[in-house]
Amino acid sequence: MAELTYRDAVARGIAQEMERDPDVVFLGEDVAGAGGVFKATVGLLDKFGPLRVRDTPISEQAILGAAMGAAMTGLKPIAEIMFSDFFAVCFDYIANEFPKSRYMSNGQLKCPLVVRTGNGAGSRFGAQHSQSVENWCMMIPGLKVVAPSNPRDVIGLMAAAVRDPDPVIFFEHKSLYATKGEVPDGEIVDRLGTATIARPGKDATILALALMVPRALAAAEKLKSEHGIDCEVVDVRSLVPLDTQTILGSVARTHRMFTVEENPRLCGWGAELASIVADEAFYDLDGPIVRITTPHIPLPAADLLEDIALPSVERIVDRVNKSMNA
Amino acid sequence: MAIASNKAAAQSGSARRETEVPPDLTKDQEIAAFRDMLLIRRFEEKAGQLYGMGLIGGFCHLYIGQEAVVVGMQMSLKAGDQVITGYRDHGHMLACGMESRGVMAELTGRRGGYSKGKGGSMHMFSVEKSFYGGHGIVGAQVPLGTGLAFANKYRGNDNVSLTYFGDGAANQGQVYESFNMAKLWNLPVIYIIENNQYGMGTAVARASATTTLATRGSAHGIPGESVDGMDVRAVKAVGEKAVKWCRDGNGPIILEMMTYRYRGHSMSDPAKYRTKEEVDKYRTERDPIEQVRARLLAKKLSSDEALKKIDTEVRAIVNDAAEFATNDAEPDASELYTDVYA
Ligand SMILES: Cc1ncc(C[n+]2csc(CCOP(=O)(O)OP(=O)(O)O)c2C)c(N)n1
Ligand SMILES: [Mg+2]
Repeated sequence: MAELTYRDAVARGIAQEMERDPDVVFLGEDVAGAGGVFKATVGLLDKFGPLRVRDTPISEQAILGAAMGAAMTGLKPIAEIMFSDFFAVCFDYIANEFPKSRYMSNGQLKCPLVVRTGNGAGSRFGAQHSQSVENWCMMIPGLKVVAPSNPRDVIGLMAAAVRDPDPVIFFEHKSLYATKGEVPDGEIVDRLGTATIARPGKDATILALALMVPRALAAAEKLKSEHGIDCEVVDVRSLVPLDTQTILGSVARTHRMFTVEENPRLCGWGAELASIVADEAFYDLDGPIVRITTPHIPLPAADLLEDIALPSVERIVDRVNKSMNA
Repeated sequence: MAIASNKAAAQSGSARRETEVPPDLTKDQEIAAFRDMLLIRRFEEKAGQLYGMGLIGGFCHLYIGQEAVVVGMQMSLKAGDQVITGYRDHGHMLACGMESRGVMAELTGRRGGYSKGKGGSMHMFSVEKSFYGGHGIVGAQVPLGTGLAFANKYRGNDNVSLTYFGDGAANQGQVYESFNMAKLWNLPVIYIIENNQYGMGTAVARASATTTLATRGSAHGIPGESVDGMDVRAVKAVGEKAVKWCRDGNGPIILEMMTYRYRGHSMSDPAKYRTKEEVDKYRTERDPIEQVRARLLAKKLSSDEALKKIDTEVRAIVNDAAEFATNDAEPDASELYTDVYA
């Protein structure tokens, strides 16, 4: 066991896979020489050399397109898009090329690549560098989507993503890079499509992702100590494929469901989960499904405004408590 | 500046810089340039301080070192000409005549900021001053600036669009889509590539297959010129030529401004990818403000005291802006929901 930051876990996860498989290459803007704008890829250039760890021009379409071109021949590129907001600059590859190649080619073409990206708010970067856009990718058939909340999951899910034969979008949360967690020694390989129960509880299920997981956990502590409400927190981790078994199982036990989502409200990932639970477990529910989200607004730069835009521990406690007592 | 001479002009760009001395500015112009550049310099130094004190959050990209580019270009404009740029935008806004207070208060996220704190350092606008932002996505402003030029042409006025972007942004695909359309439609747009030699930590030669960015329009028949962007006289001279070229209906033109940023890419960048000597060389030998000061003193057009007085005035403006930006109230929570839709 060792304590590792989320940031260092990214580099370790990539290194683990590059050591194992010479077909894994890594490319992105300032990822090699500079070690990444968030310093999440420090050391990879030294370890694996400039042929496998490549700085690119500021050309997101070329980065993703070339990654896919290489992937079609069997290489397994990991491409970085520095901020997930920039997906909009290269969305053709994400929406039209990666996810449709296998389907349109009668299974001939493979797209075993990973796009990693810095997602989410909390750094006062404003409307064009702070968005949570997991739902942009979740809505596209053919893509897999994961968003780890802790260092161990970063490594394990990175391994699962690299080894997966399909394109995987890997959302790292910018506000988690500095956080720490215990990580076992040796190889870590996780599975896509698995949620984890981050905190067991019997009164209500809170589904959360990435930065919202530690907030949901903190809220659960308060709900227990201040209001006597015992919440189960499920770290959804993987939006596609989705671990409906764990989610439905939890709701069946607690009979209440809340989501905590950083994305703006309309069509956030939790809407889909709410729909699934309403379809499949309606009679397990003792009350309405409640989604706690960022409002349907662009994100502001000012610290005070950014803080109140995102679901906070206080807001989660308040919403859950009110709804449980309604 | 014929289209045919595009390649030659660009290729001789560096030679031209060394041999040709740009035309002199008048005394008043030199003093105005000195003052305008100094305002940007002092503003940025203050912004850096406030950032260090934790009063500015998020990104903060300083323009120190590049002042001659925007000040020289602004000297060649007339009312109604538009300016658009990326996130390294404080200098452009001040040069466009936007208030120091409003810009600084936007950096500190206060209600007196140009966007009430919702935009932040990278995203500010003043339609009144024909400044169209302030864009965080590298290269995004290039098609937008092309559209500003389209609107001018459509309306039949003779205004031009000054579309600024960096050497790093020059490798974005939409730049070339814009070049083609601008030439095809003969739009009055000056594409100003601020070649400060780095895109974040990446030197131009590590990111660009060809490093003379002035020739990037040659495939589209757009003429280009490399200019000494540290010399405000050179910038103004080429700016006036380019503005005339556009006003006369000749379509787009590219100006590659050879310049240098003294600070890191943003406040969080220690800039370890270059040597201290490289930075010092620019500071001591090429500094845009010191060049003007030296000329003013050598030609006895001004005195140390007079220039000090200008510095004192400029510092007063900047200090006032900082005080305003520190004491102004934070935006009301209800602002979260304003201006999302009309
Ligand atoms: C589409 C997009 N890709 C990447 C970035 C991250 N980024 C911000 S500034 C920058 C470097 C740009 O360099 P350059 O165009 O030379 O401008 P400079 O910062 O030197 O003024 C990068 C890579 C971004 N904001 N947008
Ligand atoms: Mg640059």
